[in-house]
Amino acid sequence: MQTTVDRLKKGDRATITGIDADALPLKLLEMGCLPGNSVELLQIAPLGDPMYLDINGARLAIRKETAKHISVEVTS
Amino acid sequence: MSNENINVALIGNPNVGKTSVFNALTGLNQQVGNYPGITVEKKVGFCKLPNHAKANILDLPGTYSLNASSMDENVVIELLLNKNDKLFPDVAVVVTDVENLKRNLLLFTQIKDLEIPVILAINMADRMAYKGISLDISHLEEQLNTKIALISTRKKQGIEELKQLIMSYKNLSTEPCLNASSMDPDYFGGLRKTFPNELVYKLWLVITQDVNFRGIEKKEILSEHRKSDSELKRMQQKETIKRYQFINDVLKVGQTIDKESARDFGTKLDRILTHKVWGYAIFFGILFLIFQSIFSWSEVPMDLIDSAFGWMSTAVQEHMPPGVLTDLISQGIIPGIGGIVIFIPQIAFLFLFISVLEESGYMSRVVFLMDKIMKRFGLSGKSVVPLISGVACAIPAIMATRNIENWKERLITILVTPFTTCSARLPVYTIIISLVIPDERVLGFLNIRGLMLMALYAAGFLMAIFAAYIFNKILKVTSKTYFVVEMPNYKLPLLRNVGINVVEKTKAFVVGAGKIILAISIVLWFLASYGPGDDFNNADKIVTAQISKSDAAVSQQELDGHIASYKLENSYLGIAGKVIEPVIKPLGYDWKIGIAVLSSFAAREVFVGTLATIYSVGETDEQDPIREKMAAERRPDGSKLFDLPTGISLLLFYAFAMQCASTLAIVKKETNSWKWPAIQFAIMSAVAYLAALTAYQFLQ
Ligand SMILES: Nc1nc2c(ncn2[C@@H]2O[C@H](COP(=O)(O)OP(=O)(O)O)[C@@H](O)[C@H]2O)c(=O)[nH]1
Repeated sequence: MQTTVDRLKKGDRATITGIDADALPLKLLEMGCLPGNSVELLQIAPLGDPMYLDINGARLAIRKETAKHISVEVTS
Repeated sequence: MSNENINVALIGNPNVGKTSVFNALTGLNQQVGNYPGITVEKKVGFCKLPNHAKANILDLPGTYSLNASSMDENVVIELLLNKNDKLFPDVAVVVTDVENLKRNLLLFTQIKDLEIPVILAINMADRMAYKGISLDISHLEEQLNTKIALISTRKKQGIEELKQLIMSYKNLSTEPCLNASSMDPDYFGGLRKTFPNELVYKLWLVITQDVNFRGIEKKEILSEHRKSDSELKRMQQKETIKRYQFINDVLKVGQTIDKESARDFGTKLDRILTHKVWGYAIFFGILFLIFQSIFSWSEVPMDLIDSAFGWMSTAVQEHMPPGVLTDLISQGIIPGIGGIVIFIPQIAFLFLFISVLEESGYMSRVVFLMDKIMKRFGLSGKSVVPLISGVACAIPAIMATRNIENWKERLITILVTPFTTCSARLPVYTIIISLVIPDERVLGFLNIRGLMLMALYAAGFLMAIFAAYIFNKILKVTSKTYFVVEMPNYKLPLLRNVGINVVEKTKAFVVGAGKIILAISIVLWFLASYGPGDDFNNADKIVTAQISKSDAAVSQQELDGHIASYKLENSYLGIAGKVIEPVIKPLGYDWKIGIAVLSSFAAREVFVGTLATIYSVGETDEQDPIREKMAAERRPDGSKLFDLPTGISLLLFYAFAMQCASTLAIVKKETNSWKWPAIQFAIMSAVAYLAALTAYQFLQ
């Protein structure tokens, strides 16, 4: 299923299919947020934002407003 | 620094254990300073190598890549681009974390492209078994074209090997490990033709980064090889993807991870620490614990220091020939220094806790928990770190705002951080609380003084949040929002790191603040010991005459006391205090407190030192600790000067006023204009005055 990271549910795993590179900071790409890499949603903060992700083995948190620019294919 | 020493630069992503490696190599042989003109911390250390060789180790700020997004990262690039810099490394050691090798290698491939000798230090080797990771070192060395030191600073393994590699750095290859310019051969080919003597990657960095590079001007390159900003950004992305492809290929063979044997304790801990109830409960519990312990653990050492300085003053007075110099030392310098030394225990405990929270990886979870709340007030989750560090000192806290990506959020954080209770306020709080709040317990275990202190911390924090909310409403600044925060693995903090951190930070605080305080104490002593006109110079005659007129029987000692206070009132200092008295009277202060408040606009902690100086001038024999002297102060009507209304009024004034010249200077530097520090100063002082006024008038 094709979606964006901000719509994932806790525990979802997905593969990045595309990124809106102009809307994302380069730093995020440098941390491994690139097409083909895996994403897992580990946690959502208690108040609904930000999201705690495992991207390609790197653990980081981003806000939903950023996450919506990352398209993914959900794998499990 | 001698030229024969090998210059080594430590480079690495944040949280890979770079500081630990630095500490392991240099021990306490380190110097912390600043890069010229900017406030980025510069750490240089010294290390003995085998065979009597020596190395200067430079610890560069943590950076994710050579595409700089902060001032800290610019420092790294500028150094690596300028061969003539006296710190330019003979060899770079890229420190990586074995658990995050893939991401850490990105920076490594960039450094390799600069064609300087590079050693790859893979740290945290002790975690490999735990995480089921194994490495094929010789494959990695071959593919990455380097030498690898597999180390664990925690288990003290591999450090000797690293030293060996540093010593024989001349054998290292300086060839890049991948050809990044293949992403746009035409463009890079063109560059090479125009600048045959320069590295293409170096030119690329000059084009894409905002750094000072002595040698070639960015304009010069771009005039012939034009690219639009968005084209450049796309190329940077391509470059990143290319580097990752290379790294993935290398690691496919060079690294195996056995997921089965990986035990993920961190995930479970995350579930609790970021839980919607437990997460917050634990966070506030930890804060509470910190404040209670700072107050109670520091009590004994503080009392000891207090009596030691009292004793020293007496000793000087007794054993040195009487005269101006003796007075200056015993009444100006010793109490002045004592006023700062006494707060070392509290400051050290504070840095200890903050350092443990950061080292353990817990601080990032707090950022995650708090982001949404903070965002409502125009702040970022990352503002929590400055706000908490502000509890130690606003200066490093304001510097810590640099990793807030959004300019508006960052600016607001800078503006409100000084409201948080920094350790310079502690001296004032401690002494006034101990004067006006009884030493009792409620519910059997909660110390009321501790609670009062906590309330003050809360007041500072709430005011910061409230001010942020207002700033967010009125400031018209737009900027793109980004928020990326790394969540490092949980680790038991290394005692050695924490220890060094505490020592360094405390030392910096004491030396920095100490100089100001000492200078002010001496000036104050002079101002208090000399005065214009007859009233001052003939004080003894005037007072004696008054007393004999009233023909009350007074002892010689009482007479001396009267003369001393008459002198003080008519000294330069007394006159200055009298001038401002009308302004501060509604707050419940007399002219002596007024002088202390006035002098603390340079730095808050001067307050206690100033009072110590004021009350010591003209002291006769006994050397009571400053606290007792304050407790004994009376108003003209005979009531206690430091009573509850005046005490609370003072506490609130110090809680909110912007009384720190160094903070204003740093705000100017970080915001690049005098406008923001000026606004900050005006608003904070107004808030402080109004709060103190309200409290005093209400409680009285
Ligand atoms: N398990 C383990 N932890 C380490 C090692 N070296 C450092 N650490 C921990 O990793 C964290 C980050 O270390 P630090 O030196 O502050 O990293 P820096 O941000 O790169 O300077 C701290 O909690 C250290 O205690 C190591 O060799 N093994």
